[in-house]
Amino acid sequence: MILSWVWILVAGLSFGVGAVLLVQAGNPGNYGFCAACHLRDIAGALGIHKAGLLQYARPEIFGWIIGAFAMSKVNGEFRPRGGSSPAVRFLLGALMMLGALVFLGCPLRALLRLAGGDLNGLTAMAGFLAGIGTGIIFLKKGFSLGRARTISGSISFAGYLPVVVSVVLAASVAAGAGFLYYSTKGPGSQHAPVVMSLIAGLITGAIALKTRMCLSGGFRDFFLVRDTFLLKIYGLIFLGAMVANLFFGTFKLGFTGQPLAHTMHLWNFLGLYLVGVSATLLGGCPLRQLIMAADGNTDAGVCVLGMLAGAGVAHTINLAASGAGVPVNGQIAVVVGITITFGIGWLFREKILAEATA
Amino acid sequence: MKKDLDMRGYSCPIPLLRTRDALATCDELTVLIDEPAARENILKFAASQNYKAECTDGKGEWTLHIVK
Repeated sequence: MILSWVWILVAGLSFGVGAVLLVQAGNPGNYGFCAACHLRDIAGALGIHKAGLLQYARPEIFGWIIGAFAMSKVNGEFRPRGGSSPAVRFLLGALMMLGALVFLGCPLRALLRLAGGDLNGLTAMAGFLAGIGTGIIFLKKGFSLGRARTISGSISFAGYLPVVVSVVLAASVAAGAGFLYYSTKGPGSQHAPVVMSLIAGLITGAIALKTRMCLSGGFRDFFLVRDTFLLKIYGLIFLGAMVANLFFGTFKLGFTGQPLAHTMHLWNFLGLYLVGVSATLLGGCPLRQLIMAADGNTDAGVCVLGMLAGAGVAHTINLAASGAGVPVNGQIAVVVGITITFGIGWLFREKILAEATA
Repeated sequence: MKKDLDMRGYSCPIPLLRTRDALATCDELTVLIDEPAARENILKFAASQNYKAECTDGKGEWTLHIVK
């Protein structure tokens, strides 16, 4: 009991206060941690999209992967596995990223935005919860992407790809390597020192793995079995970030004039609605997909690739939102995306029944 | 009535959901799982319903035996 409160405190403070410290050190407003936005910036750094203001290989993400990997090795939980409809997970990952880019944040950033006084986070959270509820309906009707199998032998190296790539890219961005893009203006140019971002990521990544942090899982655990462990962590993240914002004077209550945000309420709602449905079908929110990829889950790894691809498409054909709002392309894409997730939720059903024994 | 459920390889929260459904139709259930998060979720669920649950460690797998 006491041990779980220790983890709740550690997780809440490191994510909540850590996020605000990263902003103080140079990250854009309410942008200390964001699984979707940071991946989008990495996509830019790799040239997957060419949005000049959004190119920076955020070390927070590499820290998450390396930290989670290290913790999983310490725990003995690292296990290369895969084979559960990776192609569908790639598509769902792309749609999940699309939803996040229309709101301008993953569910974790929605929480952090709220802790900065950005009330658009409320609209988005409502959409997120509605999306999880919808996803649960599909699950109850038998939705499943099938079994993953443990990968054994030398091909299990695939489970190590995320951590290997993360180490290479973290070293590359630290060294200012020439094959990466670096924005000189805009959000991509705003970042904390590399080492600070990396260490923040390492610590929080290890904690995220240990506590099984997952924004969709927290609400789902409460809906299904009244378990509040993860919800308490989110409460502490919110409190920690809010107190830190008040301390540094970065708390600003309202809907308008918020950093990297817009006030098109319908699309804030629907953007995170799309994230909620896809996260539930995928078995984890964007943060959780990164953590699972780190501990050997190649299906989650493919989902992360889908998120990178989704960011690439979103910033090439004008789907992503900006402070000015959501372009018409993006609005259409969200509606199409929601329709596709419903189709996937409906089509992929499996009867898994318990078998009677003697 | 006793039932068996093999939940190895399924994504969260399918192991928990199917375990819950199965326990609605039997008194004793053996569940096979290979994800530590699923093990924790199912054990927490069993505890919340005051069921008796035992867990045996295999090689990278767990066998949960739940009795109402």
